[in-house]
Amino acid sequence: MLSIGLGHYLTLAAIIFTIGVVGIFLNRKNVIVILMSIELILLAVNINLVAFSIFINDLSGQIFTLFILTVAAAEAAIGLAIIVVYFRNSDTIRVEEIKNLKG
Amino acid sequence: MIAHSVFFYIFSLIAIVSAVMVTVSKNTVHSVFFLILDFISISCLFIMIGAEFLGMIMLIVYVGAVAVLFLFVVMMLNVAEQKGQWFSSRWDGGTHIPVGLLVSLIIFFELIIVIGGWKYKPDLLNSLSINISNEVTNTRSIGNVLYTDYILLFQISGMILLVAMIGAIVLTYRERAGVKRQSYVKQISRERDEGVDLVEAERNKGVKIDA
Repeated sequence: MLSIGLGHYLTLAAIIFTIGVVGIFLNRKNVIVILMSIELILLAVNINLVAFSIFINDLSGQIFTLFILTVAAAEAAIGLAIIVVYFRNSDTIRVEEIKNLKG
Repeated sequence: MIAHSVFFYIFSLIAIVSAVMVTVSKNTVHSVFFLILDFISISCLFIMIGAEFLGMIMLIVYVGAVAVLFLFVVMMLNVAEQKGQWFSSRWDGGTHIPVGLLVSLIIFFELIIVIGGWKYKPDLLNSLSINISNEVTNTRSIGNVLYTDYILLFQISGMILLVAMIGAIVLTYRERAGVKRQSYVKQISRERDEGVDLVEAERNKGVKIDA
């Protein structure tokens, strides 16, 4: 309990990952919060990679985390641009009212 | 050792609570604030565990750029205050709440089972390529590898950022009607003959301008 090992970090990452997934599943408010949940999930993945990298003494995990950070930033920029365009066209980003693709 | 674990528990508690608050707070601006708190506490954990460079990059990229971008969009779209519950149930009769919770609980237990049950392969530590040495700093060792072994991935991630930037600009660009704009093509392709008119001026009579 007192000595912090790999399992502690992995458990923390699992908890944050699950919170992100819950945020995507249950959110009916607006799309921006869903994007934030995706950021949380990516953060959990980063925690996993860094923890493994430190505990098995290999640097590759940290390099991969760097690339995940890059892709997350790009994804946030594109997602927010799409949200801005959608809001401009239809005046809402409530998840319940976005049903253009409804079959 | 005790201090290390105490700090670990403090930071991870803050991270988990703020992650919950990101998803449940009614005001989207508050969600962004809790997202920033989450990133900061996780980057503190990174610095504690020995990945200082990544911790600092987390602060710069996530708190300095991504979270501010989120905040900017939330305030620009004026969607901060949301009416009604965050889990409003009139969407599909409320069945998505128990089903979503059930599925996420199952995901969590699967992750916990995996974490509790795995073991290193015995020859794993021998097969590693890039060891972390204690002699050079974290930043220097990352730089040593990033610009040599991973140079191709590094360049590709730069291209990804460029494409993302162009994509964001193209998506949000719109042409407004009735706004006077500079036309570079017109300006540059103007010849001397169109712009200048040489007139013979007679003495004491002046020149008629719009003849």
